[in-house]
Amino acid sequence: MEETKVLTQRIRPDRSPVFIDDYMAEGGYEALKTALSDFGPTEVGPLIKEAGLRGRGGAGFPTGVKWSFMPRFEERPDERPAHVYLVVNADEMEPGTFKDRMIMEGDPHQLIEGMIIAAYAIGADIAYVFIRGEYVECQRRLQRAIDEAHEKGFLGKDILGSGFNLQLYLHMSAGRYICGEESALLSALEGRRAVPRHKPPFPAASGLFGQPTTVNNVETICNVPHIVKNGAEWYKGLGLNKDGGTKLFGASGHVAKPGLAEFPLGVKLGDVLEHFGGIRHGRQLKGLLPGGGSTPFLTPEHLDTPMDYDGVGAAGSRLGTATMIVFDDQTPIVGVLKNLEHFYAQESCGWCTPCRDGLPWVEKMLIGLEEGRGQPGDIELLDLHVKLLGPGKTFCAHAPGAMGPLEAGLKYYREELAALIPDDAKTLSLTESANANPL
Amino acid sequence: MELSQGEIEAIQHEMSLYEDSGAATIEALKVVQEHRGWVSDEAMAAAAKVVGVTPTQMEAVATFYNLIFRQPVGRHVIMLCDSISCYLTGYEEARDHLKSSLGIDFGGTTEDGRFTLLPICCLGNCDRGPAMRVGEDYHGDLTPERIDAILTEYK
Repeated sequence: MEETKVLTQRIRPDRSPVFIDDYMAEGGYEALKTALSDFGPTEVGPLIKEAGLRGRGGAGFPTGVKWSFMPRFEERPDERPAHVYLVVNADEMEPGTFKDRMIMEGDPHQLIEGMIIAAYAIGADIAYVFIRGEYVECQRRLQRAIDEAHEKGFLGKDILGSGFNLQLYLHMSAGRYICGEESALLSALEGRRAVPRHKPPFPAASGLFGQPTTVNNVETICNVPHIVKNGAEWYKGLGLNKDGGTKLFGASGHVAKPGLAEFPLGVKLGDVLEHFGGIRHGRQLKGLLPGGGSTPFLTPEHLDTPMDYDGVGAAGSRLGTATMIVFDDQTPIVGVLKNLEHFYAQESCGWCTPCRDGLPWVEKMLIGLEEGRGQPGDIELLDLHVKLLGPGKTFCAHAPGAMGPLEAGLKYYREELAALIPDDAKTLSLTESANANPL
Repeated sequence: MELSQGEIEAIQHEMSLYEDSGAATIEALKVVQEHRGWVSDEAMAAAAKVVGVTPTQMEAVATFYNLIFRQPVGRHVIMLCDSISCYLTGYEEARDHLKSSLGIDFGGTTEDGRFTLLPICCLGNCDRGPAMRVGEDYHGDLTPERIDAILTEYK
């Protein structure tokens, strides 16, 4: 299947970066000029909404709608707060996700141009890229791109004579997955522990330093210049179903040719798998996580699923980041689940009890099952955790995200998990159990 | 103790990039770590003074973020990805080989001070798993033989 290259059109096969001269020679910053000259500040948002762009970081919230929550001060400049912020979430830490790294390393100006247009659209005067600490190469290339954009007058004061001002900074994170949660990210950016905040108020009302703030994912923002340049109708037409545009897809794990590719939203799951060479070593597909570690499993019966937000939702999972993690029929499911739940238990920020205490318990039960120390009732206890750590029971989406694959695992691979409990196993008392199964 | 002039200037630069200079708390820890390899209690207190937060506030932050080291580390920090894609492609073999060839467990530092071994969340190198980071360099498709060859590059 041929790729549809929009976000990756300038990415070179060897992934060497495209800097300012090449970027501009290939049409770069034309969209910024168009936005500043042909669109009023309040006119870009409706275009993005019309195009149907949805958040590419995992949640899939419509980007134009998110932007429309930002307060406007054009009619009441006296009330304008000290600053309005755009924050780009480049804290790519979802297990199995490696898409933002490629577009930041390969085409850093695409992100910068998208950010300038997005900041113009929401009325922001300061923008940050919140980037994970390990992505040192992304940081170097983005910093060079920022410096180049300054030299050309695309950043700073009175950009291209439009009167629009924007400062853009990089913030390198010091680690922790929870920073990817947008309100926790804002806590981190303020120099605090990355603990999520209560919503409401949402960031648009009270975000970074209490000021109006929009947080968007890297890939989401990279779509913006293309929509401004080519229009909403063109963008909608790229997708095969209801959702507009293309998506970066990835595959890792037991595929023959792991990597990244760009396809229209709505492409069939089976076709994406085939693009990545199918299952390696001549084995069969057992299951996959369609879009990162917190998306519930899909199985061979789902190969006709259209890979868009509604399609994957109807199959009982989420499109997530669309970087799929694939495992073959020789893979014990208990190990997959144990690895995933270890990650979530470790990365809980510790703020709320169900997440802080529940996730390690889940991990402990899975280790027990894997090591032949399962007890009667373990499967039911895992079921109970799916409920108690599910949506609405915790402060943020971390624990519910962790329960996604567990719930699907208990549904699709229940017999395999139950068979791990030895026939002669007894239910131990809590003390005996703790001694037998220390973590 | 006092921080060096270079550290103080780097921290002050970071403070100027935010509406509230306390936001540079994390950056200050990173600056200290860059200069000293890790963040001691004394250096942390000195950094807190520069930023204008209490040592307790700074410690709360320092103990939250996994890329801030509160103990001395070796010259090269090895971070082995233990997330799902690498788990599926041979993480356990890479882990066992690293532990046995270096003679240390996770969190340990070799006696010659050359390497510290740590597990790390998904490095975003999933199409080349199993993957690790040594210092700032990424390495993928790890096998015991490749690991041996890679480690000889770090003196």
